[in-house]
Amino acid sequence: MSTAPVEFPPPVDSAKEFVGPPVDPEDERIEVGVVIVGGGPAGLACAIRLTQLLAEDEALMESLGEVPVALVEKGKTTGSHLLSGAMMNPSAMQKLFPDVPEDDWPTFGTVDTDAVYLLPNGKRAIPLKPTPPPFRNHGNHVVSVAQLGRWLGEKAEEAGVYVLAETAAAKLLVDDGRVVGVRSGDKGRGRDGEELSNFEPGSDLIAKATVLCEGTQGHLTGAAIRHFEIGSEDPQQWELGVKEVWEVEKPLDRVIHTMGWPLRFAAKYREFGGSFIYPMGEDRISMGLVVGLDYRDARFSVHDALQELKSHPLVADLIEGGKRVGWGAKTLPSGGYWARPTQLWAPGMAICGDGAGMVNVPTLKGVHYAMHAGMFAAESIYERLKAGGSCDDLSNYAAKVEDSEIEQDQYRSRNMRQPFAKGFFVGGAVANMMEISGGRFPPGRWATHDDATVDVFIGPERDYPKPDGKKYFDKLSSVFASGNATRDDAPNHIRIQEKVPLEVALMWQNMCPAQVYEVPEEELDGNGNAEVNVQITPSNCIQCGAITAKGGRLTPPEGGDGPNYQAT
Amino acid sequence: MSILVYALHYEGEFNKNSLGAVSEGAKLAKELGGECAAVVVGDGDDLSDDLCSSLGKYGATKVFRARAPEGLAQPVVDVMAKVIQENGFKYALFGGGLLGFEIGAGLTARLNAGVTMEVTAVKAQDGGLVAERPILQDSAVVDVGYVGEPGIIIGRLNAFDIAEGGEGSAEVVDVDVQLEEHSTKAVMVQRGEQRGADVNIEDAEILVAGGRGLGKAEGFELAEALAEALGGAVAATRAVVDAGWYPYAAQIGQTGKTVAPKLYLAAGISGAIQHKVGMQNSENIVAINKDPNAPIFEFSDLGVVGDLNKILPKLTDAVKAKKG
Amino acid sequence: MKICVLVKEVPDAAVEKRMDPNSKRLDRSGEKNLNPFDTHAIEAAMQIREGGAVDVDEIVAVTMGPESAFRALHKAVSLGADRSVHLTDDALAGSDVCATGYALARVLESESPDLVLLGQQSDDGECYTIGAVVADHLKMPSLTQVIKIDVEGGKLRCERQAEYGYDTVDVEMPAVISVGDAINEPRYPSLKAIMGAKKKQLDTKSAGDVGIEGDRVGEQGSRTSVLAVNPPAQKEAGEIIEDEDTNETVEKIVSWLEERKLLA
Repeated sequence: MSTAPVEFPPPVDSAKEFVGPPVDPEDERIEVGVVIVGGGPAGLACAIRLTQLLAEDEALMESLGEVPVALVEKGKTTGSHLLSGAMMNPSAMQKLFPDVPEDDWPTFGTVDTDAVYLLPNGKRAIPLKPTPPPFRNHGNHVVSVAQLGRWLGEKAEEAGVYVLAETAAAKLLVDDGRVVGVRSGDKGRGRDGEELSNFEPGSDLIAKATVLCEGTQGHLTGAAIRHFEIGSEDPQQWELGVKEVWEVEKPLDRVIHTMGWPLRFAAKYREFGGSFIYPMGEDRISMGLVVGLDYRDARFSVHDALQELKSHPLVADLIEGGKRVGWGAKTLPSGGYWARPTQLWAPGMAICGDGAGMVNVPTLKGVHYAMHAGMFAAESIYERLKAGGSCDDLSNYAAKVEDSEIEQDQYRSRNMRQPFAKGFFVGGAVANMMEISGGRFPPGRWATHDDATVDVFIGPERDYPKPDGKKYFDKLSSVFASGNATRDDAPNHIRIQEKVPLEVALMWQNMCPAQVYEVPEEELDGNGNAEVNVQITPSNCIQCGAITAKGGRLTPPEGGDGPNYQAT
Repeated sequence: MSILVYALHYEGEFNKNSLGAVSEGAKLAKELGGECAAVVVGDGDDLSDDLCSSLGKYGATKVFRARAPEGLAQPVVDVMAKVIQENGFKYALFGGGLLGFEIGAGLTARLNAGVTMEVTAVKAQDGGLVAERPILQDSAVVDVGYVGEPGIIIGRLNAFDIAEGGEGSAEVVDVDVQLEEHSTKAVMVQRGEQRGADVNIEDAEILVAGGRGLGKAEGFELAEALAEALGGAVAATRAVVDAGWYPYAAQIGQTGKTVAPKLYLAAGISGAIQHKVGMQNSENIVAINKDPNAPIFEFSDLGVVGDLNKILPKLTDAVKAKKG
Repeated sequence: MKICVLVKEVPDAAVEKRMDPNSKRLDRSGEKNLNPFDTHAIEAAMQIREGGAVDVDEIVAVTMGPESAFRALHKAVSLGADRSVHLTDDALAGSDVCATGYALARVLESESPDLVLLGQQSDDGECYTIGAVVADHLKMPSLTQVIKIDVEGGKLRCERQAEYGYDTVDVEMPAVISVGDAINEPRYPSLKAIMGAKKKQLDTKSAGDVGIEGDRVGEQGSRTSVLAVNPPAQKEAGEIIEDEDTNETVEKIVSWLEERKLLA
């Protein structure tokens, strides 16, 4: 029996379920000028840029009605669901806020020193000098995107944007081949979808233009790509990052990246990734482990590997005497250039940021691309509205992206991630060639592959560190630290097949950083080929998106549910 | 006269928290070099001289008695305001319980006084009293001092121990009070109705809680038997409620109920933080779990590493025998 | 009839609450939210209006808080309040229960409500009684921890669980009622209501506007003062018994329980 998750697809047809005409009677629909889905860097930059342009154009602003720009965000506030390293290239902030000095940005400033280490095992660290080019971060700002989201959200509100937090966008409204808006999610449903006493149905938000900035595994983005058939031949690939924020005794004076241990080099494991450790001011650090989701061993757990990483002297030394103050996890798209949708727009709609795969994997950059794309979308929509026309043709948006550094940077590293499917050393060698040759080598198009097509085997039991609540943490207490307090009778927002081979079930159990999937104890002793029932606790979910990459489908839960990241 | 303590009574008996407050008041008054008096308010025959003067056993030297409707706070505010002002009391002290909170709060407004609630301890310092109370979901404890007089101290449930340190009977003084108009606008229709079977677990003094370690839904029979023997109620963790072994109304934890009973006996519960935050303030925590590394052992007062299937039935029998 | 609902902006549950060791006040710099208990009070007001037993002309959300508290008011309005009043003034910062109750009474007086509803506690203050303080100032009857309200013959028939069981009390209006979270399941605001909240009338008032005397509020006007902030008492490490002879183990447990008077 195959153990590739793709053989057990989730019971969902997103184009059918999540795309359709408006539901409410005409007089009950809410009309806005432009609706932006997602309060992350892309969405907020788009909203802010739009209001900047409209501020100079009163007539156009008025023509957009009472609510010229609306932004829907499924987290408690803008920033609650944001998580990243992150080292942010300043170019986007400079463009969006030319009059705000960099010192006033909600970031931790720049760091002059970079260090990259190859960890051959749990004890040694080999510095790689000089710092390989992708890891040079001179001029980049250390930032917590959770904090950035809150700051940008405030700026957006000050500029007049209607920021609608705790609001999920559940359905893409398409009428006659055009995107006409989104439908917000219902609230007050029970575990099995039944209407509770305080049930409140969603509403249709009708807009002249809809900008999808949903981030990784965008719900409507996925549905839109299928519906308009603008997906790339090369499937998108994902990495799962789990990070912690620590209060530390000694300030960290450099940006650190590591490769190697605890990830295994051999090709049969396919564990691609590495860690990052960034200083957040004098008294905190942000540390995380990012691993490609095409790994093969069902017992591998990114969260636990991160715990293991902390036992390495390099890291243990940094957190000695410190205290964990934050935790979270999120996926990021790593397919790069080839995996981006073939078209970044459809009539009435544009896609920006991680949702459109705008991440440069070798340099781990995406925040500024998201913001640039959001601004391009705003400018393109403005151009169309100004010309008095509709937003049916947003090819001007695609043109702006193609002319920009987003395109150039992603093209340069277009074949960088794929070679790692052949293991660390081959991949490393090829990546170096690519870097040295400025992207000319290797030539051609290295195909990406769907993470879910990778078949999974059950490796030997792992010796992950035992949680002690001080240095090493278990998943449940980590979910608590993420601020997740989702009600237990919330409707189940995860679509998976519940009866799968033990390999797949075990893989899900270990993959999920929030302990959503569990193989019941009685079934763990089963024969490797038997199918088992997976038990799920959807209220633990922190919406990282990993399940969507590996045979399931995450749909947005009720607005307001999920984590409430503060400093990730 | 330094401290005036409110003593709640019902059907001829004083409330345990009030007796604790009188005991505490007497102790503190001594430290301040003053005296402690009590005030009782009611409209029934049960407020006899004997009953009132019995507060002397706990250290009150005088008991002010007023006739006014029972079970409501505002008439007592009128009574106490008068007694405090006429006798120059420096502090008003209340044991835990709803009425104490409401009366203390009303006095705060009436007398423009400082008030501290959920007090867990009181100390004499520099000739006055300082109240200690936990704040921010018990994550810190503050010392609160008073500016001017009187100061109002409202204890947390069970904060003050009952101590019979008094000499004999207290003098009973009847007080005549003209109630404010608004104090007559709330009228008791029915008091103290017992609502039988559905024990509200938030009010239970003893809880036996079951987790995954019970093994199966039927495992709850063990918990129920023990709860019955102990005179308590049954609670559950999120995991077993999710699995359908017990109803959601019994769930304790971050997304369930928060409790602080006198005894929380956790059977087969690992002690994940989502559960811990719902019961960590229980006075006595006993945990039974077969895993010696279960986090619950880090914050239980008594931890038993063993098989609950063996221990619970025997424990139930032993408790029944002890209680006779 | 006019209902005023007292609401409060409190730190969000996810934010680690801490006291600022310098000012000895709650550090309010993090994320804030409408006090969850107040959503039950707003819902109670809405249910009285929708119940039809009495005509409710207006539901007004009232808060005393720093500038940012307008968000709590927007939330209250999105849940059904018709308009809101924001009492904000630097002079009020650092007010204790006594001072806060006085200030709230003054601003409520300026509205002349028939009924004041509020949540029974706030996530940060945890004093459970501000309603009773306010009621005495306003000379209105008051009940706290109410879990059922029915309007009957112009009066409020309220239920609550007190020391000896469930009490049923009839209260004449005007009155101040604090409600417990068991009273109802608050509704979710509709998107229209959330978007419309910004446009509803919001009156900002200073202390002087409602006749608050400066020497009765703020840190200076408070009648209590925080002398020290300490970490919670460290629990002593518990005892651990390894069960070998179950009979013996059970005996030990029983005597442990007895010692602590838990078998009374």
